[in-house]
Amino acid sequence: MRPMLSWFQITFRWRMLMTATLLVGSGWIAVSKDPFSSMTAGRIPSPRQGFSAPGFTLEELEGEVVSLSDLRGQVVVINFWASWCPPCREEMPALERVYREMRSEGVELLAVNTTYQDSLTEARSFVERYDLTFPILVDAEGEAARRYQLRALPSTFFVDADGVIRKVVIGGPMSEATIRTAVAELLDERR
Amino acid sequence: MLPILQIGPLAIQLPGLLLLAGVWLGTNAVDRQAARLDLPIPTLQKLVLLALAAGVVGARLGYAARYLDVYLENPTGLISLQPAALSPSAGLLTGIIAGWIFGQRKQLPFWRTMDALSPGLAVFSVFLGISHMASGDAFGSPTSVPWAINLWGELRHPSQVYETLAAGLVLIAILHAGRMSTGTGATFLVWVALASFSRLFLEAFRGDSLLLPGRIRIAQVVALAVLLAAEAMSHRQAAASSRNSSEATPM
Repeated sequence: MRPMLSWFQITFRWRMLMTATLLVGSGWIAVSKDPFSSMTAGRIPSPRQGFSAPGFTLEELEGEVVSLSDLRGQVVVINFWASWCPPCREEMPALERVYREMRSEGVELLAVNTTYQDSLTEARSFVERYDLTFPILVDAEGEAARRYQLRALPSTFFVDADGVIRKVVIGGPMSEATIRTAVAELLDERR
Repeated sequence: MLPILQIGPLAIQLPGLLLLAGVWLGTNAVDRQAARLDLPIPTLQKLVLLALAAGVVGARLGYAARYLDVYLENPTGLISLQPAALSPSAGLLTGIIAGWIFGQRKQLPFWRTMDALSPGLAVFSVFLGISHMASGDAFGSPTSVPWAINLWGELRHPSQVYETLAAGLVLIAILHAGRMSTGTGATFLVWVALASFSRLFLEAFRGDSLLLPGRIRIAQVVALAVLLAAEAMSHRQAAASSRNSSEATPM
């Protein structure tokens, strides 16, 4: 049988181990610190949190042309929807309430209708029924949907004043509280 | 990347489903280890369930606490099924506290219980990695290594693959250690040490780290501290058992 180590021997060995861990670990942390700020994903356009919001230019229902890039400096909520999508119907009144209340503080809401899989007539009557006052964009070719890798309806992107996506909500309906907190957070930052 | 699995009209969010699978297989592993360590399996199952439920509730309350006025006006928002409105750190904390209180009240022996939970934690970590593969979360930093993957607009380290492989190795080690476990807490401490070591090492290849001033990655500092704490605890146990059993069974 192997002789047992004394308490002192054990303690000595553990001290050695812990010192080695501390030295090697700190060394590794120093070596592997972020070299040239590779975390600045904000420059690359991609439809996810921390990345730059992919740009698009679409026509409104009323015919006016809206470009995302023109809205720099404002907090922008981009909501993809279709008239046949039940959770979209659910969350529209909440979006409308938040928009009416917070618009003057510097919030824009772009409701992108996925027209390539919806009908303009249906979309129009939807907007009338819910008395929506924010811009409704017509994505006739599905270009914006492609850029935002749309996988589910509704999908909502919260974009800060610098054009960086800060929160992504896929699916719904979102509660009014979720929308409000997401917008308030970005507004607070801007101040 | 396969974030949503489309089966006919059914759109299944795969990352979430994988986490559920991880919880399920993880609890199975806990059951087996609890039987080996003579712990009451139903009590442990309740512990896991309670900790998870408390974690979810705590995560939502923690999020709502930051925007109290909004949630006071719209209290129904508290029960909305939005994973975006959760605070992970608050959830983790409430989960641990709830589990700890429950364990105290049921008089579960602390270290023996932690040993029984370890294989479950190790199994769940593997599924967390696979879930990151499905969602593209926890992504890697830009690189030009030959095995780089194209993700989020750049060639990146496949950090999700690293993470899953490491979690797999840790799982093998924990299943092995678990078989020899006598319920002293050694298995748990080995898991903590291995998991924090792998995070300390692999965080270097992440492209989404939170940084401290000087571009130091926060997760690495925390992982190193946890690793040292696990070593210190192991030492205390080793030293105590050597004092107790100077002539009894060798370790």
